[in-house]
Amino acid sequence: MAKYVFKRVILAIVTIFIVCAITFFTMNAIPGGPFNGEKATSPQVRETLEKRFNLDKPVGEQFVIYMKNLLHGDFGISAKTGRDIGVTISSKFAVSAKLGIFAVIVALILGVFFGSIAALMRNRWPDRLIIFMSTLFTSLPSFVLATFLLVVFSVRLGWVKAWSPTHQSLVLPVLSLAAYPAAYITRLTKTSMLDVLGQDYVRTARAKGVAQVKVLFVHTLRNSLIPVVTYVGPMIASVLTGSLVVENIFTIGGLGAEFVTSITNRDYPMIMGVTIFLAVFMVTMNLITDIVYKLIDPRINLD
Amino acid sequence: MANEAYDVNKMPEKNPLSLQIDLKKFEKATEDEKKQADIMSESTSFFRDGMKRLRRNPLAMMSIVVLVIIIAMIIVVPSVVPYSYSDIITVNGKRDKTATNMSPFTYSKLEQQYIDEGGKVFPHIMGTDELGRDYFVRVIYGTRISLVVGVFASMIVLVIGVLYGSVAGYFGGKVDLIMMRIVDVIYSLPDLLMIILLSVVLNEVINVSGNSLLGRLGTNMISLFLVFGLLYWVGMARLVRGQILTIKQNEYVLAARVSGAGSGRIIRRHILPNCISVIIISAALQIPSAIFTESFLSFISLGVKAPMPSLGSLANAARSGVTTYTYKLIFPAVMIALITLAFNLLGDGLRDAFDPKLRR
Repeated sequence: MAKYVFKRVILAIVTIFIVCAITFFTMNAIPGGPFNGEKATSPQVRETLEKRFNLDKPVGEQFVIYMKNLLHGDFGISAKTGRDIGVTISSKFAVSAKLGIFAVIVALILGVFFGSIAALMRNRWPDRLIIFMSTLFTSLPSFVLATFLLVVFSVRLGWVKAWSPTHQSLVLPVLSLAAYPAAYITRLTKTSMLDVLGQDYVRTARAKGVAQVKVLFVHTLRNSLIPVVTYVGPMIASVLTGSLVVENIFTIGGLGAEFVTSITNRDYPMIMGVTIFLAVFMVTMNLITDIVYKLIDPRINLD
Repeated sequence: MANEAYDVNKMPEKNPLSLQIDLKKFEKATEDEKKQADIMSESTSFFRDGMKRLRRNPLAMMSIVVLVIIIAMIIVVPSVVPYSYSDIITVNGKRDKTATNMSPFTYSKLEQQYIDEGGKVFPHIMGTDELGRDYFVRVIYGTRISLVVGVFASMIVLVIGVLYGSVAGYFGGKVDLIMMRIVDVIYSLPDLLMIILLSVVLNEVINVSGNSLLGRLGTNMISLFLVFGLLYWVGMARLVRGQILTIKQNEYVLAARVSGAGSGRIIRRHILPNCISVIIISAALQIPSAIFTESFLSFISLGVKAPMPSLGSLANAARSGVTTYTYKLIFPAVMIALITLAFNLLGDGLRDAFDPKLRR
């Protein structure tokens, strides 16, 4: 176990380092520096500025400095607003994290619920309906779903206020973010539950007269949730990338909206900072998922 | 000769005390009766067997029909409808600037006038967009672009993934170990973030112009293909390697080797036919995911270059007036959903039909 964890941690660190390197060097490949903009600066001012931001040093050395700063939580400053990127990220991420956590919880509840129903009513109409709906929802891009929800429920029907200065309803954004993972979890749960229902220990439990409810919740459901755990890492990644568009559509001032704005503004330090932050977050989540997965199911071969 | 030995009439007389069966009491079976006893069905090939099972899957068959209709449409429509995807509608040689944001099957004033004068105007099946371009043609072209991007990207994944995976699987040992470590690292890179990053950078670094398809698609699509070529193949490589590793250990491969078959023959006759279905199915499932990625990129303004439409960029453009012109979002959105749904259902159907081992 310790060996496995060690190997995974090393892999995660290597991945994070590669992400940082790719991000840094590709961003540096863009021609032009931050100070040859519209206004002509005197060579002296420029030299001072370049020295201040270490731009006079070779790229390799700049990378080392950037990485050192990153380890101290210093992401540099935005090229457009001049604000500290680390501060922006942490304040905006709080909003996105709230949205994301809600979406993950909703997706898990809906997915496990419908997946179990589909498995228990196998080959009857609820099963077929649920599986068809889940295929449908995996075929709808989140931005399409989000726009439709917005148009139908807040513009046409007026049930949910999409924009208000004081209180922002998160119902629609959470639903549009949760739809895809919920549909995926539904299929995952159904498959693994069917698998578990055919196991000997379930038959044994039934045969020795354990109550039906207990068989369902203790013997079946608990074991069929193990594959779902593996999906938590990818789900967080999908919710995070989904929030890039969903936050824009519902005008939620989170990290996703910030990222898209920085792309349209060509705010390179900001893009770099957010990319690295999100990448580190995703890789860490994947690492935790993998380790938890091995912890909860001792049957799994560690190689 | 052999038959004569069993001829009942030539058999020696049966001893009345013998307990042996009296063959004279039996009748010989006629040819017809022999056929009735033959319960073996006709032997089928692997392909025909799979197709038979696929044909029994209504969802998969429906998907095939939908896809064929869509493909026929993107081939036929541009030569039938007299509008182009990039030009404002012209009426009788004059640019019609009033024909913006029309709802489906309506005509602008100029067009109406022209019709009253006896001219013929092709109806705007899906209306027009905010610049006065025929929306139906734009949606069809968008579908074309999205499908091309999807198929091309999954081809890239297929080629690189199969080559890499099979090399790792065949050679095994140290080569396999190193190659799979590389795959592990690439696998854990956040792919969408990398695509966004490369799109941003490549937009500034390379400049593709000209009238070739790639030139018209723009640098964003090149970076999309590039990222698919760099990152997305790892899933396929893992799959192929795993398949080859398990198939290699089967007894029939050993049997073939023992009976003197060369590696070439083993690969062709025993290993490839057993994993080709899995490979094709996962390539088919790659297409909707590529279309998804493309529409996502178009949505955050990193998609195809204007005026070339893609389904994602059409949906994105439609957002600005979505409350008044909802149809402009509905058409491309339904198209994306139809295509991805059809490919997903078809992929599932193919898996069920051709690979019973993987059935879920």
